[in-house]
Amino acid sequence: MKMLSIIFRNAFRHKLRSFLTILGIATAVMAFGLLRTVVGAWNTGVANSAENRMIVRNRVSFIFPLPMTNRAEILRVPGVSEATWANWFGGQYGDVNDFNNFWPRYAIDPDTWFQVYPEYEVPADQLKAFQADRSGAILGAKTAAKHNFKIGDVITMNGDIFPGTWQFTVRGIYHGKEPSTDETAMFFQWNYLYESLKQSSPGRDLGAGWFVLKIDRPDDMAKVATLVDTMYTNSRAPTKTESEKAFQQGFVAMSGAIITSLEVISFVIIGIILLVLANTIVMAVRERTREYAVLKTLGFTGRHVFLFILGEALIIGIFGGVLGVLLTFPIVKGFASMPMAFFPLNGVSAETVVLGLIVAGLCGLAAAAVPAFRAARMSIVSGLRTVG
Amino acid sequence: MKIPFSYIWRSLWARRLTTSMTVGGIALVVFVFAGVLMLSAGITRTMVDTGSADNAIILRKSATSELVSQVDRETAEILETAPEIASGADGKPLITREVDLIINLSKRGNHAALGNVTVRGTSPQGLELRPAVKIIQGRMFTFGSHELIVGKNIADRFEGVTMGADVPFGGDHWTVVGYFDAGGSGFDSEIWADADQVMQAFHRPVYSSLTFRLKDPAQFDALKARLAADPRTQYIEPKRERDFYREQSGQLAGLIKGLGLVITIIFSVGAMIGAMITMYAAVANRTVEIGTLRALGFRRRSVLAAFLVEAILLAVVGGAIGVVLASGLSWTRVSTVNFASFSEIGFGFSLTVGIVVGAFIFALSMGVLGGFLPAVRASRLQIVNALRGT
Repeated sequence: MKMLSIIFRNAFRHKLRSFLTILGIATAVMAFGLLRTVVGAWNTGVANSAENRMIVRNRVSFIFPLPMTNRAEILRVPGVSEATWANWFGGQYGDVNDFNNFWPRYAIDPDTWFQVYPEYEVPADQLKAFQADRSGAILGAKTAAKHNFKIGDVITMNGDIFPGTWQFTVRGIYHGKEPSTDETAMFFQWNYLYESLKQSSPGRDLGAGWFVLKIDRPDDMAKVATLVDTMYTNSRAPTKTESEKAFQQGFVAMSGAIITSLEVISFVIIGIILLVLANTIVMAVRERTREYAVLKTLGFTGRHVFLFILGEALIIGIFGGVLGVLLTFPIVKGFASMPMAFFPLNGVSAETVVLGLIVAGLCGLAAAAVPAFRAARMSIVSGLRTVG
Repeated sequence: MKIPFSYIWRSLWARRLTTSMTVGGIALVVFVFAGVLMLSAGITRTMVDTGSADNAIILRKSATSELVSQVDRETAEILETAPEIASGADGKPLITREVDLIINLSKRGNHAALGNVTVRGTSPQGLELRPAVKIIQGRMFTFGSHELIVGKNIADRFEGVTMGADVPFGGDHWTVVGYFDAGGSGFDSEIWADADQVMQAFHRPVYSSLTFRLKDPAQFDALKARLAADPRTQYIEPKRERDFYREQSGQLAGLIKGLGLVITIIFSVGAMIGAMITMYAAVANRTVEIGTLRALGFRRRSVLAAFLVEAILLAVVGGAIGVVLASGLSWTRVSTVNFASFSEIGFGFSLTVGIVVGAFIFALSMGVLGGFLPAVRASRLQIVNALRGT
């Protein structure tokens, strides 16, 4: 108990320096937390993928569609209980250069899509209205709130992949079941796209961008994948079937280089925390060399001195860590509202908070290790002789 | 009277450990700062180099990339007769009808990771329009056959494209017959084949884009106006090739720059505070010394300047180390997906004079901001109190 109070007093003896060190560590921990949150945002798709869903797409690449006739055949594969499909629509709303005007838009099958994706919760009456309206659309709550879209509003868009002017009537707003569920997407009827294309560019076969399978038992996934893929090996459109998780990981892996650089930066931040803390501790120990010698004369052992210094660094580190973590919340919020953050930031995860604190604490221990060890080993005589 | 520079230098040297830790912190921040800018500049340079100044490209209006653009045969024929277009070596108009597709290939060393690789169907004019493209191994593909040549970035980074390999797509097999080097431009991340063969294989009736050389780059605006007036060509939009490729890089370069700089500036505060701690300690340790200097007749101003210069020195040394570290990145090449075209692009870190200057300014401001308050404290010490020590 006494030791603890000595450590505490020592840590805050030099108020300005301790305050600055804590502030320095806090900003670094805050940057670390922001970085972790951004990297986490990339992985949202992976984290949100369901255990019972698989994606079937064209083996050559996602830009080539699959024939609609595949659906009936895939549904006959044992273990598959539902097969829905979607096409990426793209489209341009308002000023293209404004990231705020981008949100994912999909043409989907209105009857089966929301059965396969139960985490998109649509009120039953809105879903009914959507299914009854060929040009209806269901919007994610975040996108609706951002652009102030209400049920009944008409959204006009320019087609890029599918040329022309497109109009959608908002028929429903979906909310995510989990806080991490993406609430930015827009879904509209695949038939709308299909019929319009039949008129504007006859001969262009829309097909299905990809199929989403609902699987009875997750253990069947490997079997289902092999069965589906063999079925189409020699067809005009060979398929690639994989779990939703693997599919999402594939997307993340495409930006691998960016994620790697962000991870390198987070190590640099740890390095800076370490340097700032070590600097402070080294100064404190040097100034108090004689004091430690006096403590030893009074009967404290080297181990006590070691613990004093380590504890002091730990306290400063943890104070900085806590402050930094607290500051991470507002900065992530501010960052999410910046237009360039066009991927959803889902707030600070518990993992980030814990990691931030651990990093600050470990940096404290690592920074103090060498000076503490030296001070502990120093002989009383040479300690007393030191001119501070 | 000024305090001699050697005094400042020596006092830094006297506290080597503290000095080096502070310098290290600043160096790390400058390293990341310069690295982020180099990455962003590398992407832009790679993409802008892909275009050449007297070429123009035609895409469908509102198409943000070649991938989603469609241009029909009739339009191609109209353009081939346009008087603004230069002629090639064979006397034919120098315009290429091209088609852009994406295929998936596995990355080297990580079989599960697929990359989106652009396959460009091109024509003999396409090769003439891009003289920088050189075959470095094997030979050119033969027009009319199912042969491919592979850009060197793709050859280095992806599996299944070794010389002579069979690449299946479009219901057929294609043979790799050569590797090419496009001089560090975006084409290095593509696979090229005969446009007609690719379109046949994929049953594609329309082109993705038309690229042509202008007789005189100044005629671009006249051509653009003429195309906009003609109802048959109102659905397309010509762009200067450089502008088009710059737009293609804008999003990714902007994201890296924005994200990287925001985070760097936040944690640079940490390193700045590190410098401040060091300088405050320097002032505290040398109180008697400062008193002596003042007693000798040095002015407050000189003391202030001496400590500020000391902080700036820390920053400049840190900045220099950071820039040297960052310049080492020039040898690494990275590859990622470009959101604008949704295909893989390989690029390097590119160090420019602007980035070096920017990095030093950044380091300098860290030094000045961190050193100012301690220097003020030093200059405001009372001679008598200072000489008495703390």
